[in-house]
Amino acid sequence: MDFAVDRARPPLARRRRLRGGRALLVGVPLAFLGVFFLWPVVAILGRGFTVRGSLDLSPIGDVLRDASLRHVLWFTIEQAAISTLATLAIALPATAVLSRYRFRGRGLLVAVLTMPFVLPTVVVATAFRSLGVQGSLGAIVIAHTFFNVAVVVRIVGSTWRGLGRAEEDAARVLGASPLRTFVTVTLPALRPAIIAAASIVFLFCFTSFGVILILGGPQFATLETEIYRQTAQLLDLRTAAALSVVQLAAVVSALVVAGTMTGRAQRVSRPAAPRRLPVGRRARLLPAAGVLPALLLVAIPSLDLLRQSFADHAYGYTHLGTLPLGAPETSAVALLNSLRIAAVATLMAVLLGLALATAVTRPGRGDRLARAAQSLVVLPLGVSAVTVGFGFLIVFDAPPVDLRTSWWIIPIAHALVALPFVVRATVTVLRAIDPRQREAAALLGAPPWRVWREIDLRSIRRAAAVAAGFAFAISLGEFGATLFIVRPDTTTVPVAIYRFLSRPGATNVDQAMALAAILMVITGLVALVGERSGRTDSAF
Amino acid sequence: MRTRLSILVIVLMLAVAACSSSSPTGAKTTRTVTLVTHDSFAVSKPVLAGFTKSTGWKVRVLKNGDAGAALNQVILTKDAPLGDVMFGVDNTFLTRALDQHVFATFRARGVSRIPSAFQLDPSHHATPIDFGDVCVNADRRWFSDHQVEIPKTLDQLTEPAYRDLLVVENPATSSTGLAFVAATVAHSNRGWLNYWDRLRANGVKIVDGWEAAYNGEFSGAAGSKGTRPLVVSYASSPPAEVYFADPKPTTAPTVSLDATCFRQVEFAGVLRGAAHPDGARALIDFMLSARFQRDLPLSMFVDPVMPNTPLPEVFNKFATIPSRPFTLTPTQIGRDRSRWISQWTAHVLR
Repeated sequence: MDFAVDRARPPLARRRRLRGGRALLVGVPLAFLGVFFLWPVVAILGRGFTVRGSLDLSPIGDVLRDASLRHVLWFTIEQAAISTLATLAIALPATAVLSRYRFRGRGLLVAVLTMPFVLPTVVVATAFRSLGVQGSLGAIVIAHTFFNVAVVVRIVGSTWRGLGRAEEDAARVLGASPLRTFVTVTLPALRPAIIAAASIVFLFCFTSFGVILILGGPQFATLETEIYRQTAQLLDLRTAAALSVVQLAAVVSALVVAGTMTGRAQRVSRPAAPRRLPVGRRARLLPAAGVLPALLLVAIPSLDLLRQSFADHAYGYTHLGTLPLGAPETSAVALLNSLRIAAVATLMAVLLGLALATAVTRPGRGDRLARAAQSLVVLPLGVSAVTVGFGFLIVFDAPPVDLRTSWWIIPIAHALVALPFVVRATVTVLRAIDPRQREAAALLGAPPWRVWREIDLRSIRRAAAVAAGFAFAISLGEFGATLFIVRPDTTTVPVAIYRFLSRPGATNVDQAMALAAILMVITGLVALVGERSGRTDSAF
Repeated sequence: MRTRLSILVIVLMLAVAACSSSSPTGAKTTRTVTLVTHDSFAVSKPVLAGFTKSTGWKVRVLKNGDAGAALNQVILTKDAPLGDVMFGVDNTFLTRALDQHVFATFRARGVSRIPSAFQLDPSHHATPIDFGDVCVNADRRWFSDHQVEIPKTLDQLTEPAYRDLLVVENPATSSTGLAFVAATVAHSNRGWLNYWDRLRANGVKIVDGWEAAYNGEFSGAAGSKGTRPLVVSYASSPPAEVYFADPKPTTAPTVSLDATCFRQVEFAGVLRGAAHPDGARALIDFMLSARFQRDLPLSMFVDPVMPNTPLPEVFNKFATIPSRPFTLTPTQIGRDRSRWISQWTAHVLR
C-alpha cells in the first residue's frame, strides 16, 4: 500500500530495536479494542447463533431470504451512499476555501461548521421539523449532510492545510489551468484523506439511528433500526445477530473498497502558509461561493435552534440555574458529567490513537498487524450501539470487578467512537512526513523516542490538537451508546435533553432547548481552541 | 509560546477532570441496594433520603434505555444480575418477565390493600407500584377555534369531522403506540384491523415515538408548531402541561378523552440472585409506602396504586382518572404482542 515507506526501511539493527516499542504501540490499542469491542460483540452474536450449545448460522440465510429485510438492506445502502455524496459535494468546496486561505473569522467558521456534529438527533430533528423538513428520503439526506459536513472539513482540512504548494506552483508555471492543476496535482494528494472522510461519513449514515427514526418516519427502516427493534424491543437475538452480521459484512466491504481506492500516500513539499484572500469583490466571489452552501445548511437550523432556545422561552436558562444542584437529574450536573466523561474519553482516544498512528506509519516488522489494527479501529462505527451495549452486559459480569455498572464504561465507549477519527486524522499527516527526516535524525544519534518527539510530534501537533477537539466533541454529543449502557446516576447532556423532551410541558421543552444551545456553544468553543492551538505551528 | 500554553491548559483541564471523576464509581458503603430501571424513573431526593434514614439502605439507581430495553437487559443478565430490584415492568411486558423467571417471590407489606384490578400477578413475583392511562389527548383551543366538538370515543375518530386530525405512535417502536393498539384490540376485538383501516382512511398520521408525536405534531403542546389537535398521550399530560407552564394557566390547554384509554400498570420485583435481597424487599415495601406513593404523580406523572393516596392539586384539578379504561390480560398481551405489531405494520404502514 505504501511504497514510500518500504523504500525507506531503516537498517536492520534499528529495526530490531524498534520492535519492542512497536509491539506496545500496536498491542495496547488492539487490546483495548479487543476487550471493549470485539469480545462483547462476539459474545452477543454468539448468543444469537447458539442453539442448545451448537452453532447455528441459519438465521443469516433466513434474514437474506426475507424480502422485506432485503428491502431494508438496500434502502440502508442507498440512503448512506446518497448522503455521503451530498456531504462531499457540500463540504469539499468549503474545505478548500478554509484550508487555502487565511482570513478573519476563519477559525470561527470552522467552529460553526463543526458544531452540528455533536448535536443530539432529537434536538436537530426538532429544528428540521420546525423548518418543514421531514418524512422523506430528502429529509434524511439533508440531516445527514448537516451532521457530517464537520467530518469532511476536519479530516480533509487537516491534510489540505498541510499540503505544500510547490507542486501546484510548478504545474501552473508549466501552463496548466487552475482546474487541471487541481485535478492532476491537488486531488491525488488529497485522495487518501477524502476517501477516509467519505468512508467515515458512509459508516455514520449507514448506521444512523435517530435521523432515520425521527425525521424519516416509520415507513423508513434501516438495518440499524431493525437491529434496535429486534434486540431492545423484541429480544429476538437470533434475528438481531443475523442482521448485525449482514450489517458488519456490508461495512467491512465498504471499508475494503475504500482501502483499494485510497491509493498510495503522496509525499509533498513543505507545508505552505495559507494565502490571504484575493483582493477585490469579484475575486472574492469564488471563495464565498465555496463556503456558502455548507454555511447555509449548517447555520439555518442552528440559528433556528438558538432562536427557539432564547426568543420563545428564555426562562429555560433561568431554570437551569434554579434547579437544585446535586440531584442527578439536573442540567448542571449533566453538564459536569458530560465534561468529565469527554475529558477522559478524549485522553484515552488521543493516547491510543497516536500510538496506533505512529505504529502504522513506522516501517518495520508487524506492518500487516498494524494495518489490520488501523482498519479494525473503524469497526465500532459500523456496529449498532445496542449490540455493543448489550454485549457489555454479558461479558463484564465477573465479580468482584463488575465493569458493567462502572462509571468508566461510558468514557470507554465514547473513546471507541472517537478513536477512528483520531487515527484517521493523524495517520494521513504522519504518512506525509518524509522518512528521510527520521533517518537523518537517527543517523545523528537520536534514540527512537527522540526521533518521534522531534519529527513526528512536531508535524502532528496540529492534527493531534484538532483530533482531540473532535474527540471531545464526539463524546459530548454521543447519545446512542450512552443510552444503552447502564448508567449509575450519570446523566450526560444528550441524555438529559432526551429526558426533558420526553415529558410534556413548556419548561421541559425550554430546558431541553437551553441545554442544546449550551452544548452547541461549548462544542464551538472546543473546536475554536483546537484551531487556535494548531495555528501557530507553521511558525516552526 | 502560545501553542505551548494552550496545550498546557488543555492537559491541565483533562487532568483535573480525570481526577475529579473517580467519585461516582463504587460507593463502598456496606449497605447499598441497587435499583435497575428505565430512563423515565424519577423520585424526589428527600423521599429517597427518607428511605435511607429509616432503613439504613442507600439506593444506587441504574438506568438504561426505555422500559422494553431495560427489561431485556435484566433478562440477559439474569445469571449475574446487575442489581437487587427491578422497577418498571408494565403489564404489556409482564409475562415476558415472569416467563423468564427474573423475579423472586415476595409479598410486599400492604400489598393486600392494592385493588384487585392491579393485582395482575397472583404468584407474587411482581408487585404493582403505579398505573397510568394512555389516552387520546385533544387541544382545547383548536377545537374551540374551529368550532368542532371534541370527540369522545374511539369510533368518533374515524368520522369525517375528525379527518387528518389524529397523530399516533408506531407500536413497533413506542410503548405508548403499543398501548393504543391494545386499546383498539380491546375495543374492537377481532375487528381491530378494520378499525385501523378506517383510521387510516380518515388520515391518521403515524410517527415513531411519543416525542415526535407530542412535541412535533400535536398542536396543543407548549411551544409546538404541530398542526394536529389529537394525539395519543397520557391521562397525566394535561396536568403536566399546567405544572410545567410558567406562569401557570387556570385551565389546562389540553384534555384527555376518558373513553379512549388503555391502562398501564407498572411493577417492581426482587431480582432472583440479588446480592442484597433484604435491601431489595425493603425498597419494594418502601415503594408502597405512603411517602413514595404520594411522590409518584409529580415525579413520574403516574398514579399511585395504593387507594386513598392524596393527589397533588394539579392532578385533582386537571387530571381525570378514567373510570372504565380498556384492559387486556397480561397473558393475552404476551401471547399476541408480536402478532399485533407485525399485522399492524403490514396493514397500516405498508
